[in-house]
Amino acid sequence: MNAMTTDKKQAATPSSDGTKTSPMTMIQALRSGLDVMMGRDDDVVLFGEDVGYFGGVFRVTEGLQAKYGRNRCFDAPINEGGIVGAAIGMGAYGLRPVVEIQFADYFYPATDQIVSEAARLRFRTVGDFTAPLTIRMPCGGGIYGGQTHSQSPEAFFTHVCGLRTVMPSNPYDAKGLLIASIECNDPVIFLEPKRLYNGPFDGHHDKPVVPWSKHALGNVPEGYYSIPLEKAAVFRPGRELTVLTYGTMVWVSECAAREAGVDAEIIDLRSLWPLDLETIVDSVKKTGRCLVVHEATRTSGFGAELAALIQEHCFYHLEAPIERVTGWDTPYPHAQEWLYFPVPARVGAAMKRAMEA
Amino acid sequence: MTQPLRLHVPEPSGRPGRETDFSFLRRSAAGSVRRPPVDTSHFDTQDLAYALIRVLDDEGNACGPWNPTLDPVLMRKGLRAMMKTRIFDARMVIAQRQKKMSFYMQCLGEEAIAIAHSFALQPGDMCFPTYRQQGLLLVRDDVSMAEMMCQLMSNAKDPIKGRQMPVMYSYKRAGFFSISGNLATQFIQAVGWAMASAIKGDTKIASGWIGDGSTAESDFHNALTFAHVYRAPVILNVVNNQWAISTFQAIAGGETTTFAARGVGSGIASLRVDGNDFLAVYAASLWASERARSNLGPTLIEWVTYRAGAHSTSDDPSKYRPADDWQRFPLGDPIDRLKQHLIKIGEWSDAQHAQAQKELEAEVAAAQKEAERHGTLLDGHIPNAASMFEDVYEHMPEHLRRQRQQLGV
Repeated sequence: MNAMTTDKKQAATPSSDGTKTSPMTMIQALRSGLDVMMGRDDDVVLFGEDVGYFGGVFRVTEGLQAKYGRNRCFDAPINEGGIVGAAIGMGAYGLRPVVEIQFADYFYPATDQIVSEAARLRFRTVGDFTAPLTIRMPCGGGIYGGQTHSQSPEAFFTHVCGLRTVMPSNPYDAKGLLIASIECNDPVIFLEPKRLYNGPFDGHHDKPVVPWSKHALGNVPEGYYSIPLEKAAVFRPGRELTVLTYGTMVWVSECAAREAGVDAEIIDLRSLWPLDLETIVDSVKKTGRCLVVHEATRTSGFGAELAALIQEHCFYHLEAPIERVTGWDTPYPHAQEWLYFPVPARVGAAMKRAMEA
Repeated sequence: MTQPLRLHVPEPSGRPGRETDFSFLRRSAAGSVRRPPVDTSHFDTQDLAYALIRVLDDEGNACGPWNPTLDPVLMRKGLRAMMKTRIFDARMVIAQRQKKMSFYMQCLGEEAIAIAHSFALQPGDMCFPTYRQQGLLLVRDDVSMAEMMCQLMSNAKDPIKGRQMPVMYSYKRAGFFSISGNLATQFIQAVGWAMASAIKGDTKIASGWIGDGSTAESDFHNALTFAHVYRAPVILNVVNNQWAISTFQAIAGGETTTFAARGVGSGIASLRVDGNDFLAVYAASLWASERARSNLGPTLIEWVTYRAGAHSTSDDPSKYRPADDWQRFPLGDPIDRLKQHLIKIGEWSDAQHAQAQKELEAEVAAAQKEAERHGTLLDGHIPNAASMFEDVYEHMPEHLRRQRQQLGV
């Protein structure tokens, strides 16, 4: 697929050290990123629920306790507020903690620590203390997880000044962005679309997912490389319509464009905030049409911010109203998952509306 | 027989015009509570979580197994620091009334706790304080009072550039973590800092602080769980000053139990200590600090004291408690008690006390004069507007650059 090859070239440019690559799932790529950083920096420590001996419910930290010891990778009580609060204290000491919130749906007890503490510590102390944490959270739906294992809470974080919010869409980006997040001295919310862990899910739940090993973006350098935060990727170049999206919806949008026969330019934001506005504005000015796609609920979702930015910066270039395709404004349902999830047919219909407007 | 159920809403015995019945305050005689070795298990501290460790008796004698036999030089240093803190607070309350700062919080009546505790810490240890531990800074020679006042007056020399309300100091170099206004968050952070010290095989310990009111927050319980699970080298201080703004400590869960008892239930060695007894505070802090430094894990200490002043300059306690409550509080005034002891052992006199008072008043006044040279909130010499956009991130992102331009700075 041309789209992916293009992205791969673009993404691989800056920091790859040119070592050998291996096929990896997103889980393996994330684990490789953690392994590389634990090997390079003794101050990187991992903890969270089930992440130690067992290696995490999604197995991202598998083998890391055996390799680096219980001091560097350990289990935490079921206490998200405690996990993030303790990580902030460790950051103040000088460590670089990477914590796992088992499902993004569980971050709420840690809200005060994330919003009032981690995000503002540098500001309120003029840099006397900082919180260089990475908070990993599997997010998004498509696994029959119902309302407590499927949420996409990114807009809670993009609303908070001082946080960085990142969401990769493939193994190559996942490793490079995770390394950049760990190295970053700001607190980073690192959202992992769990439906992409094992393959590029395109929204057709009734069809098997092609494994990452069959994709260029599943071919990941084994060593150190990083992908800069604040840089979007043009996932698929196109001329007719710009799609602003991230995570699983990158693949759903790509599928929708193909099925709808629209030459869409799909921008994978990768870093939601701070945002690569330049890439977005350039694309929308070129195509004159814009569709925003995310899994999260619609009202006050991150798409609302994107739509506002587009009208601020591209209003006179627009030839059609900005379209949004999102999850409905309901709790994430269980049995009705595929009626809730923004499937390719819904995304394709919105593309056609934008094209006909 | 079925009877209607009743909701119990705790209520203090004293209210304006009605004296407090202090019989609720469990007290032990000075010198009567045992002092176990530092390597005792949490299990064997159960009685200490309900008793009240006291060294100074009502006549000013130091007695019992917790008597730290502290060098009189250090006792005089502690006394002077407590006096200085009280003078500093009094002047800052007046400065707030003069609108030179937006807000102030004094620690009147609680001075012994932070100051005696600081004597049990070592350089490099880190405190995670609340807003009533200014004594931790004022006891030090390397933190300038004038600079603290610049923070209070949010002036051009405020070291944190006007970004926080007065009293929310941050002094990493002095082992003083940034104060947060949203209560209890720092308690679990202290545990995390201590865990990091242990992860790195360091020798430093952390000391976390919380008030009786905010022990009701989940972060308090999170801290106890993590401290116990990882045997973190941390001292967990609960300053029970009886009042959370207008709310009596029973509403936080102190009725018919103690806050120290929370620690025992979490597997943490716990002490309940007379917080107005300088010597008891020092002795208990040292016990806890030795435990932490010897990989014996955390200690929770409830310091029983009384918030003699208003919660803050925005509060009026005459609306909710008897005006003479502090005078009637059975544990007295920490400055008077240490002074009485020092005089009793021939290491201090009324004349020396009066002299010290005069010197300290002059020192604090001089610091204020120095601070005001850089402006007060009243005269608008606040930190520059452009600095507001800095330190949100390590490097300023594009959107903040644009917003700064929109403000025209």
